[in-house]
Amino acid sequence: MTRSAAKRRGNAARLGLMAVPVAFFAVFFAYPVAAIVARGLKADGTWQLGRIGEVLAQSDVRQVLWFTTWQALASTALTLLVALPGAYAFARYDFPGKQVLRAVVTVPFVLPTVVVGSAFMALVGRGGLLDDLWGFRLDTTVWAILLAHVFFNYAVVVRTVGGLWSQLDPRQEEAARMLGASRFAAWRTVTLPALAPAVAAAALMVFLFTFTSFGVVQILGGPAFSTLEVEIYRQTSEIFDLPTAAVLTMIQFVAVGSILALHAWTVRRRETALRLVDASVTARRPRGAGQWAFLGAVVATVAVLILLPLAVLVQRSFGGAGLGYYRALTEDEGGVFLVPPIEAVGNSLQYAVAATAIAVVIGGLAAVALTRRDAGRLVRGFDALLMLPLGVSAVTVGFGFLIALDEPPLDLRASWILVPLAQALVGVPFVVRTMLPVLRAVDVRLREAAAVLGASPWRAWREVDLPMVRRALLIAAGFAFAVSLGEFGATVFIARPENPTLPVAVARLLGRPGDLNYGQAMALSTILMIVCAVALLVLERLRTDRTGEF
Amino acid sequence: MLLNLESATVRFGGRAVLDAVGLGVAEHEIVCVLGPSGSGKSTLLRAVAGLQPLDSGRILLDGHDQAGVPAHRRGVGLMFQDHQLFPQRDVGGNVSFGLRMHGTPRDERRRRVEELLDLVGLPGAAGRAVAALSGGEQQRVALARALAPSPRLLMLDEPLGQLDRSLRERLVVELRELFGRLGTTVLAVTHDQGEAFALADRVVVMRDGRIAQSGTPLEVWQRPADAFVARFLGFENVVGATVTDGVAVTPWGKVPVPDGAPQGARTLLVRPAGVRLVPADEGLRCTVAARTFRGTHVAVRLRPEDAPLLEAACALRSAPEVGDEVGVEFDGAEITVLG
Repeated sequence: MTRSAAKRRGNAARLGLMAVPVAFFAVFFAYPVAAIVARGLKADGTWQLGRIGEVLAQSDVRQVLWFTTWQALASTALTLLVALPGAYAFARYDFPGKQVLRAVVTVPFVLPTVVVGSAFMALVGRGGLLDDLWGFRLDTTVWAILLAHVFFNYAVVVRTVGGLWSQLDPRQEEAARMLGASRFAAWRTVTLPALAPAVAAAALMVFLFTFTSFGVVQILGGPAFSTLEVEIYRQTSEIFDLPTAAVLTMIQFVAVGSILALHAWTVRRRETALRLVDASVTARRPRGAGQWAFLGAVVATVAVLILLPLAVLVQRSFGGAGLGYYRALTEDEGGVFLVPPIEAVGNSLQYAVAATAIAVVIGGLAAVALTRRDAGRLVRGFDALLMLPLGVSAVTVGFGFLIALDEPPLDLRASWILVPLAQALVGVPFVVRTMLPVLRAVDVRLREAAAVLGASPWRAWREVDLPMVRRALLIAAGFAFAVSLGEFGATVFIARPENPTLPVAVARLLGRPGDLNYGQAMALSTILMIVCAVALLVLERLRTDRTGEF
Repeated sequence: MLLNLESATVRFGGRAVLDAVGLGVAEHEIVCVLGPSGSGKSTLLRAVAGLQPLDSGRILLDGHDQAGVPAHRRGVGLMFQDHQLFPQRDVGGNVSFGLRMHGTPRDERRRRVEELLDLVGLPGAAGRAVAALSGGEQQRVALARALAPSPRLLMLDEPLGQLDRSLRERLVVELRELFGRLGTTVLAVTHDQGEAFALADRVVVMRDGRIAQSGTPLEVWQRPADAFVARFLGFENVVGATVTDGVAVTPWGKVPVPDGAPQGARTLLVRPAGVRLVPADEGLRCTVAARTFRGTHVAVRLRPEDAPLLEAACALRSAPEVGDEVGVEFDGAEITVLG
C-alpha cells in the first residue's frame, strides 16, 4: 500500500461519512433558506437586489438592527459580569450542594425560550410577583429582556469558562509565585491568558444566542422592542412582507456567519496545549470570612436570578386555583386549540424523540468524520457549516420548510416528520460539539494497538472508540432532546394546529387574554420545565469531566 | 529471513525519515535498533506493523510482500512506547484482546491469559484495573498483550524507556531469557545502548533514517563503524588522523595503533582506558579540566595545549584533582582506527 493510496482511501471513507450529513443539510437547511430568500428577492425570474437597499433605508429596520446589536452587547456584558464570579466559585471552591447547584444553573439553558419568557413575565410582568408586592414592573423596559438573557446564558459562561478554569493546573500559578509574582500578578500573567480564549468563546456564544433571541423578546419585548428574529417573524407571518423578511434573513445570516467564524477561531486557540489536570484536585474548601462571603454572594445571585423566576413560574401555575389550571389543560373548551392543551406534552415528547434520533445519527456521523485533527480546509468548512443552524433564523428555516418542501419529490407538508426534521437541525450542532472533543481525545495509538492485535478498522472503532464515547453520546442525545423539546421559532410555523408542541401551546395561551389562559400557560411551562430539568439531571449524572463546549 | 526490508523509504514533508533502509531479521533472532531520537527507529517499526505506509521500497514477511496488507492482517505484534493499554478494560481484557480478535474460544482465552500473566510475573492480576498498575506492571501487561496472539514477529518500541534504572536492568535480563525460552523473533528499538547490548543478538545503529552499522553487540562496541557511532556509544576521544606504519599523527601528537590497521587519512578512536596518566614532565602535557565519579572509576577530562579535550579513565585512588598538571601517554591496544 503506497502512501497516496492510503491517504485516498482515508479521504474516501471520510467523504462517505460526511455525505449523509451534507445531504441532510443541503435538503433541509440550505434549500429552504435559499428558497425563502429567493421568494423575497426574486420577481419575474430576476433578482431584485435593489430591494436590499430599499429595505435598509427604512428607519424602523435600522432601528431593529440597532436594538438587536446593542441589546446583545449589553446582555453579553451583563452575563459575563454576573457569571464570571460564578465560574470562579464553581471551578475553585468545593462546597456542599455544589453538584445540585451546578445542575440548577444549567436548567435555564435547556429551557425553552418561551418558558424563560413566561417565567420572567410571572416575576416582573403585569400582575407578576413584584407587581403584586410593590407595584414594580419591568416588562415595558429593556431590563426584563436583559435579565432573561442573563438567566438563560449564565450556564454558558459557567460551563465554558468554569470547565476550563477547574482543569487549569494551579501549580502553574504556584510556579509564577515562586519566580516572584504577586498573587494578582500570577493570576494576570498565567491564568488570565489561559482563560482568555474560553472567555472570548463564551462571550461570542452568548452574543450569538442573544443576537438571535426570539421567544424571550417575543414575550417580554412587547411592541416597543424587536430583534431581527422577531421582526423576521412579524414580517413573514403578520405583515406578509417577504422581501423585507428575506433581506433581514440575509443580514442575520451574514452577522451570524461572522460571529461563528470568530468563534471557530477562538476555539482553535483554546485547543492550544494547556496543562490540564483532573478538576477534582483543583477545588478546595473556601477559607476565611472573605471567601465564604464571596461564595455566599454567588449562591445568592443564583437564587435570585435563577431559582426565583422558576419558583414564581411554578407558584403562578397554581395561582390560587390549586390544580385548577392543570385540570383545565385536559379540557377541550377554550377554542384556542382543536385539542386539549395537555396533548401538547405527548406531541412534544414524540417529536423530540424522533428529532433526537435524527440529530444523533447525523451529528454522530459528522463528528466521526471531523475527528481527525489534520483535517483539510474542506472538512473545517464542514465543521463551520454544522454550526450555522444555531444562529440562522429559526423562523426562516420554519417558513422555508413550508414553502420549499411542499412539492414532489419532497412533499412533506402533510407529514409529521417535518417538525422533528426542523428540530434536529438545531440539535445537530450540540451533538457535534459534545462528541467531537471526546472523539478527538481518543489516542490514535490505542486504535493502532488494536489494529496490530488483529482488529479491523471497524472492529477497532467499536472496541476502542465506542466504549469511550458512549457516555458523550448519551449526553449529546440528552442535549438534542432538550433542545428539540424547547424549539420554538421553526416549530411555530410548521406544527399543525391540531398537533401543537409544548412551547407553541404556551405561546398561544400567552397570546390570549384572561386569567385562565395565563394560568394554563404557566402550568404548561411548569410541565415543560420539569421534563427538561429531569432530562438535564440525568445528563448531569452522566457528564464526563471533559471541558465541553456547552 | 523472517523479515526483510528492501530500500524502505518514508518521507515526512521533504525529509526522509527512513532512507532506503535494508534490513533482515532471521527467525528466533533478537535484533535491536539503536539510535538517537529522531533517527527513524519508531517509524521503522510502524512501517513493518503496517501503521505507516512506505513511500517506496518493500517489506517482506516470510518472503511475502506486505504492500496492501493492513495492520490487522500482518500477524506481527507491537508493544508501544507508552504501552497504550485500553483504559476501559481490566488487565485480563487487555491481554485477551488479540485472542478475541482472532476468534479464540473463551475457555482457551482464559487459560492463555493466566499462562501469560504467570509468564510476565503478574499471576492472578487479570481482574485488576490498568489505571491502578505501576509503570513496571503496565509494561508487563503490555508485553503479555503483545505476546498473546503469538505474533510471528514481536516488535518493541523503547520497551523499558519509562522505567527506573534498577527495574530496567532487571527486566532486560528477564526479557532476553523469556524470548530465548519462547523462541520469539524480536525487533526492538531503543536509544539506550546498555539496553540494546543486553537484549540483542544483533545491534543495528541508525542515523538520520539510514543504517550506520549492524553487528553483534561485541562487534559494534569494539569496532564502531564511524565517528558518529563511536560518539553515540559515548566515546569522546574521536579525531581525524593520518596513519602510516603503525603510527597515527593526531592533534595529540604521535599515537601508536594496532598492527594491520588501515593506512592513510582515517578517524581514530582512543578509549578512555587507553589514555594513561604519567608525571607532568613526561608525554603530552595536559591540565585536568574536570573529574566525574563513575562508581568503578573516575572519568577525567584533560585539556592539552592546542588540541581537543581528552577523556581518561583513572582508578579511584590515583585520580588527579581539577587544575593539576599531568602528562599523557597512549596505549595502542585501546586504540581503534575506524572505517
